[in-house]
Amino acid sequence: MSSNAKRILPGFGLSLGYTLAYLGALVLIPIGGLVLRSLRISPSDFWHLATTPRALAAFKLTFSASFVAALINSVMGTLLAWILTRYSFPGRRMLDALIDFPFALPTAVAGLTLADMFGPHGWLGKFLVPLGIKAVYSPLGVTLALTFVGMPFVVRTLQPVLESLDRDVEEAAAVLGAGRWTTFRRVIAPLLFPPLLTGFALSFARAIGEYGSVVFISGNLQGKTEIAPYLVWLRLEDYDYDGAMALSLILLVVSFVLLGVINTLERWAGRFQT
Amino acid sequence: MAGIVTRVRPRTDARSQRGSEEPAWVRGSLIAAGGLFAAVFLVLPLANVFWQAFSKGWFVYIQAIRHPDSWAAIRLTLVVAAITVPFNTVFGISAAWCIAKFEFRGKALLTTLIDLPFSVSPVVAGLMFAVLFGLQGYWGDWFQARDIKVIFATPGIVLATIFVTFPFVARELIPVMKAGGSDQEQAALTLGASGWQTFFRVTLPNIKWGLLYGIILCNARAMGEYGAVSVVSGHIGGRTDTLPLRIDKLYVGYQGAAAFACASLLALLALVTLAIKSYLEWRADAAHAQGQSDVSESDKTPNP
Amino acid sequence: MSIELRNVSKRFGDVVAVDDVSFSVGDGELVALLGPSGGGKTTVLRMIAGLEMPSGGDLLIRGQRVNDVAVQQRNIGFVFQGYALFRTMSVFDNIAFGLSIRRWSRSDIQSRVEELVGIFGLGGLERRLPHQLSGGQRQRVAIARALASKPGVLLLDEPFAAVDAKIRQELREWLVRLHDQLDVTTVFVTHDQEEAMEVASRIVIFSRGKLEQIGSPRDVYEQPVNEFVARFIGVMNVLELTVKGGVAQFGQLSFPSHGKADGQTLRIGFRPYAIKVSRNPAEYPFRAVLKHVFFLGVMLRIELVTPEGSSLRVRISKEEFSRLGLVEDEPVSFFIREYRVLGGDGEFEAHANSVLPEGFGEGI
Repeated sequence: MSSNAKRILPGFGLSLGYTLAYLGALVLIPIGGLVLRSLRISPSDFWHLATTPRALAAFKLTFSASFVAALINSVMGTLLAWILTRYSFPGRRMLDALIDFPFALPTAVAGLTLADMFGPHGWLGKFLVPLGIKAVYSPLGVTLALTFVGMPFVVRTLQPVLESLDRDVEEAAAVLGAGRWTTFRRVIAPLLFPPLLTGFALSFARAIGEYGSVVFISGNLQGKTEIAPYLVWLRLEDYDYDGAMALSLILLVVSFVLLGVINTLERWAGRFQT
Repeated sequence: MAGIVTRVRPRTDARSQRGSEEPAWVRGSLIAAGGLFAAVFLVLPLANVFWQAFSKGWFVYIQAIRHPDSWAAIRLTLVVAAITVPFNTVFGISAAWCIAKFEFRGKALLTTLIDLPFSVSPVVAGLMFAVLFGLQGYWGDWFQARDIKVIFATPGIVLATIFVTFPFVARELIPVMKAGGSDQEQAALTLGASGWQTFFRVTLPNIKWGLLYGIILCNARAMGEYGAVSVVSGHIGGRTDTLPLRIDKLYVGYQGAAAFACASLLALLALVTLAIKSYLEWRADAAHAQGQSDVSESDKTPNP
Repeated sequence: MSIELRNVSKRFGDVVAVDDVSFSVGDGELVALLGPSGGGKTTVLRMIAGLEMPSGGDLLIRGQRVNDVAVQQRNIGFVFQGYALFRTMSVFDNIAFGLSIRRWSRSDIQSRVEELVGIFGLGGLERRLPHQLSGGQRQRVAIARALASKPGVLLLDEPFAAVDAKIRQELREWLVRLHDQLDVTTVFVTHDQEEAMEVASRIVIFSRGKLEQIGSPRDVYEQPVNEFVARFIGVMNVLELTVKGGVAQFGQLSFPSHGKADGQTLRIGFRPYAIKVSRNPAEYPFRAVLKHVFFLGVMLRIELVTPEGSSLRVRISKEEFSRLGLVEDEPVSFFIREYRVLGGDGEFEAHANSVLPEGFGEGI
């Protein structure tokens, strides 16, 4: 391609060519097709389709529930990453392995079991519903499902950073007279902040697009517990392609913006790695 | 001077030996809080799947799984994974080879594009293929005229699944291949090996664990994909329902125990995936530790 | 097999890594490519192997132009700096790799590997994986692997960089003996001048992509062609003098002007062993104070500070030091037996050493 006239390791042309062809055929053409088709919708129709009260309610729920879920995961993820890297306790290895469970468990199964657990007869719902905490068919349920699917992100972005943290630095702070909390606040937290932000963004991005785990627990009540991906699905079931595409395009743009933010954050977080 | 010395006392309680460790009660409550969260969000959902699956006894469980529609869903799920995983594996190896072993312009962009499917909502991914191949889509007429069914048939399910599981193998392999450098490959070339010989005899053995890990993750996701598949499948019972769609149908049809029975199969798949993953990580750690310590005793130069 | 480079260059983008280099290596020679890092020596080695393509010039092996011959076909043994052993293969499989690629029969491979295991003292380690070997053992496996298919040329990239200082010395001697025994044309890259001097029969010195000098260890030490070589091979004291009244002077130090006009500067360089020192202030023409003494074994390094503020490095034997009865922080007199005139741009003006004529420095 550029300066190196000939590459010594073979297979560059073949592997790059195949990679680009496969990427083009299975990712870029489908995305491009959707974007091009949705551009055929006139701007006024697009605006109309994207801002129906039902669509607005769905977007509002999707973004707010995703945000809250990502926030919960940031706090609990930091805590989990901390105890997994710093402390030894019985079941630590088991817990470490289980963190990836939401990645591995099919979303439909997650949705099913969460809906059942928080239902009026479920293991947790039994106690929560009499207290007036209704998770099934409510925005709270949506948030719980999104918390579940986004949980591994913060833990897995923070863990390597915590592991690579030099204990010397903390000991230096202790020798200089800093208490444990001061050390955490002044020495450790600034190092954790960039990866935490990355983990938050990853968790948020995953939650925005999530479908399977939510639709079981949310009940998809019109205007109340419908999330944006569900509305896309519903429009498509009604053969309302334009409606589905208008909403999809918005979701797609948000995802790509988030992807850009995440890439930037990762580069920024890399600054501190020496 | 003496006064200053006596005034300085360790601030932490007696049980904490080192200044860079938290007191025991802090440690204990942090572990308890993390453990409780993990119990509610990880252990209980998993246990609940199996509990509910067997709530009506073995007989109902077996019946639910042996139902013809369930069997068809299991078969379709296996077929879809059997097509998707090899395709994405070959792609992953090819992408990792060119990204990890070569420098070229646009590499960062290519890496980002490979990650793109992760950030697309599965429902939107399904819609993309509906737009391309559906009756109102770009190529719908062409396929219709030739009587080839893509949407509401297996090909559409496979395409949507390939899309959502696209980056898994590549993502796992790129760092592994990068870490290996290219010295070993160059050494193979100086020893006369061709490109393919180098790949199969030197590169592949070096990356096999990373590759296996990528494959099992890709497989777990391929078998469990719900959103994208639900858009393109058409939900024809016994024909285009995959296992997750079958679960949905049973649940909506108030057959909770049966739904959980099918779900238990996928939960088992997730557990097996996690077990293999943990085993592979443990292996990698052990190999690393061994590499650090197991350097042999004698190091005498021989006489030629 | 002989190797020849004719006007070979290599550019990476705008960076010229190797600039118009020509030299040849005779059949069976043991040659070092020496230079500071970034000097281009490793690139030259990789071009000989076929791991880099020259941007210009011709590369010949046994008189045949091999620019377009692929690395696989060059029949070269290459030992990488980090050895690049195949991590997943045992010692046996590593050594056998090139042979099985060349489709040797199973029994031939078996006997060849056994032979090499014997030569390289690797007996009993055949089933081990690379990470179960020590650094020295890994290096021997790497060399055995490179030599397995009896290549005509053995190329080694910094072969001693990754082993302990303690066993490095042994390995140097071992490599020389191995070379004598196997009679294979050997080229190795090093940044350590001592290593090059000790192991190689000829040394090729590079700096910033250019070939500075090629010659035997003795040639490059005693007859360096320029200041870079002189300073890189061993230590050299450098003085800058101003010509005044036909004599080059710097304080008390005076030298012939070597054709320089009044007002011009003259740079001279001299080796630490070219200085004679005496405790008697009247014995030699120049004065200085003995500042430090460093014990380096048989030889000592002492540092003189002249009244002008220059410090000079002197090397003398332990016996001489005690015979002279030198003491730290005491005044001494000294004399420069032999020096070279350095040009302004680091080139030497004359290729011969000059001896300070009688009469200079007298009467001070």
